[in-house]
Formats: sequence, C-alpha cells, structure tokens
Amino acid sequence: MKKLGSAIFSRLVIIIPYAWLLFFFLIPFFIVFRISLSTTAIAQPPYEPAFAWSDGLSGVWQKMGQFSFDNFVWLTEDALYFNAYMSSLWIAGVSTLVTLLIGYPIAYGMAQAPRTLRPTLLMLVILPFWTSFLIRVYAWIAILKPEGLLNQFLMNIGVIDQPLIIMNTNWAIYIGIVYSYLPFMILPLYSALEKMDNTLIEAAQDLGCPQITAFWKVTFPLSIPGIIAGCMLVFIPAVGEFVIPDLLGGSQTLMIGKTLWNEFNANRDWPVSAAVATILLLILVVPIVFFQNAQAKAEEQGR
Amino acid sequence: MNTWSRFNIASVVLGFSFLYLPIVLLVVFSFNESKLVTVWAGFSTKWYVSLFHNQGLMDAAWVTIRVALISATAATALGTMAALALTRYTRFRGRLLFSGMVYAPLVMPEVITGLSLLLLFVAIGFDRGFVTVMLAHITFSMCFVTVVVQSRLLSFDRSVEEAALDLGATPVRTFLEVTLPIIAPAVLSGWMLALTLSLDDLVISSFTSGPGATTLPMKIYSQVRLGVTPEINAACTLLIGFVAIGVIIASVMTKRREVQRQRDEQAAFAGR
Repeated sequence: MKKLGSAIFSRLVIIIPYAWLLFFFLIPFFIVFRISLSTTAIAQPPYEPAFAWSDGLSGVWQKMGQFSFDNFVWLTEDALYFNAYMSSLWIAGVSTLVTLLIGYPIAYGMAQAPRTLRPTLLMLVILPFWTSFLIRVYAWIAILKPEGLLNQFLMNIGVIDQPLIIMNTNWAIYIGIVYSYLPFMILPLYSALEKMDNTLIEAAQDLGCPQITAFWKVTFPLSIPGIIAGCMLVFIPAVGEFVIPDLLGGSQTLMIGKTLWNEFNANRDWPVSAAVATILLLILVVPIVFFQNAQAKAEEQGR
Repeated sequence: MNTWSRFNIASVVLGFSFLYLPIVLLVVFSFNESKLVTVWAGFSTKWYVSLFHNQGLMDAAWVTIRVALISATAATALGTMAALALTRYTRFRGRLLFSGMVYAPLVMPEVITGLSLLLLFVAIGFDRGFVTVMLAHITFSMCFVTVVVQSRLLSFDRSVEEAALDLGATPVRTFLEVTLPIIAPAVLSGWMLALTLSLDDLVISSFTSGPGATTLPMKIYSQVRLGVTPEINAACTLLIGFVAIGVIIASVMTKRREVQRQRDEQAAFAGR
C-alpha cells in the first residue's frame, strides 16, 4: 500500500509539470514552425494553414510537398532581416562583453568583502532585479534625453557645451542592456568567486607569484563557469530584446525582436513573424544548449 | 594588499551607484511640481493624486494584481514539483528533455515565448484574455521557481527524509511534514520571484492578452510611447515601494523563523 502511494506520488510530481511544459512550452514551437510554412491570408487568424492536424499523418505527409518555404525565401531576399539578425547579434555580443567587464570587478569586490557584509551586498544586487524591467528602462529616458539629466550635469560642470545625442542611437541601447542585465552577470560570477578558497591565492603569493599573475593563473580560471553562465544569461535574451531598442533606440535601430514585433503587430503578417521567430530560435539553439549543459553540470556538482 | 582592497571598495561602490542612481532619480522626480521630469520645480504630491483619478491605470493595476497572485501561486506549485522531480527522482524516461524545458525558458527571448503561446491559443481556438495571460505567466515563471527551490533541495540533508520514510510516514506526509518546512523559505522566495516577474512582464502579456485584459506594464508602455510624464514616475514609484515592502517583510520573516528554530533546538538540547 505504501509502495503504491509512493509510486503515485512520484509519478504525479513528475507528470504534472512535465505535461504542462510540453503543452505550453514545447508544442507551441511546433505550431510556430507550422505557421511559418503557411501563406498569409486576409482572414481571422490571418494565415492559410499549411496542414491541419485533422488530416492525420498520411494527410500531413501528402501536403509536405506543398509546404511553402516562401516566408523563409522572403527573409533571405530582403536585406532588412539579415541586417536585423546581424546587428542584434553584434549589439548583444558587445553589451555582454561590456557587462562582463563591469560586472567582474563588482562581483570580485563583493566576494572579497568582509564576511558579515556579504549578505547585505548580495541583497543590494538582487533588489533592483525585483523592480520592473520596464521601469528601469524608462528611468533612463529622462537621463539620456538631449535636455535630460546627464546632459544638464555635464554642461553644468563644463565638460561639454553641446548636448550629447545619446537617446535614439545604439549607444542608448548598449547602456540600457548593460544596466538591465548587470545583476544577471554579477550573481553567477559572485557565486563562483565566493566559493573560491582564498588560501590558494595566498599559497601562490607565498611562492613568489605577483598579485596580478596570481589572479590570472588561479582566480580567473576558477571563475570560468561563472563567466559562462553570466554571459549566456545576458547574451541570449539580449539578442531578442524588444523593450530596450524600442524605448531607447528609436525608429532607426535594427534589432530582430523589434522587427518581429512590428511584423506581427503593425503588418499583421503572422507567417513571416513565425518564420523570423523560427530562425531566431535556430540561431540561439547552440548557446541555449551550452547554457543547459552548464546548468546541468552545476546541478551535478551540487548533488 | 591595501591598494587592492581600495580598488575592491571603489568597484563595489561605483557599481552600486550605477545600479541605483536611475531608480533614485525616477523616484525623486515623481515628487516634482513641474510637468517636466528633468527640471526640479519644488516638492508636490499632485501626480499621485492624479494617478488615483486615472481610471484606466487603476483598472490595469487591478488586472495585473489578480494575474500576478494567481499565476505566482500556480507557478510555485508546479515549479516546486518540477524541482522535486529533478532532484529526487533522478532516473525517469525523458529526464533530459524535462530539464531542457525547465532551463530553456530562463533565457528564451520573450518575443519568441509570447508569439509561440499566442499561436498555440489561436490554434486551439481559445479566446485571448485574462485566462491566457495567466497561463502564459505560469509557464514562464514556474521555471524560475524550479531553479530557486532546486538549489535548496540539493543542499539539504536527505537523511531526515529517509528517516521519516523508514519510520513509516507516507511520501506525501514526509513531504508535507519534513521536506516542505525545510524548503519553505526557498518556496516563499520562489513565489515572490514569480509574483514580480508577472507584475513586470510586458512582452508576453502583450502577445497573449485580449480585450479587457490590459495589464499595468502594457498601459505604462503605451503611455511612455506618448511621452514621459511625472504621473508614470508616480506609478513606478508605487510599484517599487510595494515590491520593496514585500521583500523586506519576507526577509524579516525568514530571519525570525531562523531565530525561532535555533531557540527550539537549544530548548530541545536543554530538555535532554
């Protein structure tokens, strides 16, 4: 009886979340793919299905020949999409690097702080994370505007006499991404650096290793898992970022998240936006798998 | 050694000013007399008053709070189950796929999640509105709960659970009376995280929402596109205030529990 109860309990604990994620996370991707193969129609919903599930397997097989790859061809023909993908990858890559360069000294400083101070510092990193993403991006508009607080400040202290144009340029996007994603970089770096055994550094120094060399030879290699996790947590969502380029970057900027949003909401072209999403997903599959392996490894070590 | 630690202090202080300055400025200018959010013209709370007379914003706030409370609770239940599945039942068919589906939503760009959920709801002919936003929020926030709870489950002493099972407790009872009290702080912080993620979300809500289910971030977003006003600053300040109070209460509660637990342990030792 107890054995049976145990079996039912463990089954349920696995099956319920499994089924939920299958239905609401995995299956939707197949639907996106299916719609990316269909053609646009003036209807509700505005597309002509490539195949219906009711056709059965043989029906689907028959219609395979009629699949329309037009949307994907369209994406390769229009330079807009290619440029949007490339500039998204570039912007996300540069922002990730800058976030790492800013986040590392902060995480390192936190890990070196007195033990009693560390929980407070950790709390202070997490706290902005609890405030709305939208609000944090919004806060930068008032700062970066031509007549905004940054320009007022710089002109008052006499560094510049013409306001800097930052708002509605890629600079504003870089600032927005670095600012919004900084906690995601600091947290994994901190947890990697904090676990580190300080006696290793002391041993290196006792043996005559200069401080900088000790950092590069001991501290840095040991923090690499944290660096990988942090970079993936910043890079992958930043590639598809919509809010930051939309609010800070203005109409000039080209990022794929924004292109997808416009294709869907303004042009109401569902099949093309599904195709845009499919390709974005394919681009991100490699970094996502990389991230999952790092997570699974961390989980193994924790056990 | 001294210069190095000075460098550490400087980087921490500079980093934290970078993280906090924009939020502080936003809060300060919500009390500005002038309509401009960049020129200080004296202290005033008039934007808070006008905020409460903005019916559209108030309706959106109510929708947001309901969605957040329901979806955070459901996400916590599902996420805790997923965490148990990943840590306690390490061998089952399709575990690799399962852990993949748990970790992928953490980094998945929101436009993809939003679009795919919308197309799912259209494909099954489900009318978009309050319920669809809720289902979408449960889906993406449950994975964050899983990660938080999982890290707690991995670090605790399993022998306590095994002892309970050996002494004849059923798995359900063991979970409710042994495991759950130990992981409760993690479950609570998972719930809080799910709540704030839901309160925050703009992109996924915009895709999955329908008529009559406009959330506060959607409302704020459409107003921000028209221009920056102190009224939005006031709305943001209130949101920040609510979250800060929630986080402080939660941390005080965990601390008090911790102290209580230590006292109980001492009492138990003294009694022996």
